Amino acid sequence: MTTPDHLADRSIAVQASPEFQALRRSFFTFILPLTVLFLLWYLAYVLLAGFAPDLFATRVGDSNITVGLLFGLGQFVTTFGITMAYRSWANKRYDPHAAELRDEMERGELDGPVAGEEAAR
Amino acid sequence: MSDEINPVINMVVFGIFVVATLIIVFRVSKRNATATEFFAGGRSFSGPQNGVAIAGDYLSAASFLGICGAIAVAGYDGFLYSIGFLVAWLVALLLVAELLRNTGRFTMADVLSFRLKQRPVRMAAALATLVVCFFYLVAQMAGAGGLVALLLGLSGPVPTGITVAIVGVVMIVYVIVGGMKGTTWVQIIKAVLLVAGAGILTIVVLVMVGFDFSELLQRAVDASPEGEAILAPGLQYPNPIDFLSLGLALVLGTAGLPHVLMRFYTVPTGKEARRSVVWAIWIIGIFYLFTLVLGYAAAAFVGPEILTDPSTPGGQNAAAPLLALEIGGPVLMAVISAIAFATILAVVAGLAITAATSFAHDIYASVIKKGQADPKQEVKVARRTVVVIGVIAILGGIVAQGQNVAFLVALAFAVAASANLPTILYSLFWKRFNTTGALWSMYGGLASCILLIVFSPAVSGGPKSMFPGLDFDLFPLSNPGIVSIPLAFLLGVVGTFVGKPEADHDAKQAEMEVRSFTGANAAKASDH
Repeated sequence: MTTPDHLADRSIAVQASPEFQALRRSFFTFILPLTVLFLLWYLAYVLLAGFAPDLFATRVGDSNITVGLLFGLGQFVTTFGITMAYRSWANKRYDPHAAELRDEMERGELDGPVAGEEAAR
Repeated sequence: MSDEINPVINMVVFGIFVVATLIIVFRVSKRNATATEFFAGGRSFSGPQNGVAIAGDYLSAASFLGICGAIAVAGYDGFLYSIGFLVAWLVALLLVAELLRNTGRFTMADVLSFRLKQRPVRMAAALATLVVCFFYLVAQMAGAGGLVALLLGLSGPVPTGITVAIVGVVMIVYVIVGGMKGTTWVQIIKAVLLVAGAGILTIVVLVMVGFDFSELLQRAVDASPEGEAILAPGLQYPNPIDFLSLGLALVLGTAGLPHVLMRFYTVPTGKEARRSVVWAIWIIGIFYLFTLVLGYAAAAFVGPEILTDPSTPGGQNAAAPLLALEIGGPVLMAVISAIAFATILAVVAGLAITAATSFAHDIYASVIKKGQADPKQEVKVARRTVVVIGVIAILGGIVAQGQNVAFLVALAFAVAASANLPTILYSLFWKRFNTTGALWSMYGGLASCILLIVFSPAVSGGPKSMFPGLDFDLFPLSNPGIVSIPLAFLLGVVGTFVGKPEADHDAKQAEMEVRSFTGANAAKASDH
């Protein structure tokens, strides 16, 4: 049987391993700049809409499409773009390394109670 | 207008939806469902299926009727809502969905209490869940009452009360019989109908203006008493700080909405949770592009004057159904209205199962029974809780008739962003974070949010307030987000430095971090 202490020791060992630290680092290197970017871009949009309504009211050419409308649609484009970029990064770069560590972590307690019950306490 | 509305067609179309979904719910449900079956649909849904269901849960009456109406009347400011609602999904996708799926089993509190002191943290998380669900539920119920006024040409407290009660009872049956599995199928059916209905309406509108969006805007400007002002921000939110506060609550609220978070547990793995969010973002984004067209089309073809006329049943919220009537006749209107009703019904069911699960799993099993509850008993408690929640929602919905639906939903988002999101992020990413920090942040966020709402102009002091006769609006903004969200983040830090870590802090933190990042030992689909 796997005792809780066994799980704790294993978790601490895996957490300290260079492989896990590299995985964690790759996560933050990819996610953090992207998060800061989309939050700032959204904030810029909200602030411009609030404080520069005249800019947003400017027409593009002689159509009724305004600068504000393009900014708004730009938020849609970046949201879709970041979504697809994250999906492709996670599938290709993140998942293989995470799977290796997951197997390593789970192999250590094949004889123990399986999956998820630990958190149920 | 109401002589063109045919209540019989409306009721028949809606009746067909209710009967069809009830048959499906009875067929997919299992008798004596296990806890995983009842609370998480057996974790058997695929990413795309769950993505559609997430869109079904998320695209509530506020998204469809509310945004169309807001764009029709206030123009560009209505569009700002949809942008906040959409961009918010990036927080869920990048920072929360997979890590949460890898760590928890049934509820948000599973994750928050993973490495902190079980009972107090679960209690706080469950309370925040119940408060968010309550405001959201009441908002949907208030929307249902307004819609029936339009659909059946009836108004007054009795028909409205009966409608709200019918919505409540059908929802109770969905959840008690179908559990998470049945509720998820209702969401999927509803999402497909909603997006298809809005899509067809959008195509009809675009054909009418020769696929020239600029032409549509011109017609909207011509029809609006505000003229060109509807093409720029500022009509609904003249105060930019007010808008900033709302914008913060919207973008940070989604990833803290318990009924959205709970959907991540219905898929077998973290990777499927990711796929489901990707699907949801595409569906939700495309839907909001439809509402942009439909909102301006309602301004152009129905006219803001009719929508703001107090004698129009349903008022601003009737923009989408009235547009359907204008361009497609009574049958199209019946279809669109039935879809709007279905939307309310499905969202209410999703909220009810979330609240019931949180009560049964967090408060009953963990706090009252100290983790010694039999899972069968837990499911039984959840089923009974659904009835209680249904009754509260019916009563709350009747009391809230005529209240501003968007205000109630924005309040739910503000509570989610203040009480839930800081603790979710800290417990996932900040090693030192401890129980004191979690409790300060959750209770501080919850309390400041509710207090600021009570003292806001949304409750008293203005013509559109809940109590226009009273005057205690000490806080100038209608959404508390700009104060309560940073405050909750700050309290999490201060509490952490004031409090002491648990004895097993490092081990539990290591276990949670390894588990959330790698998916090791995550709750499996076959976990009975």
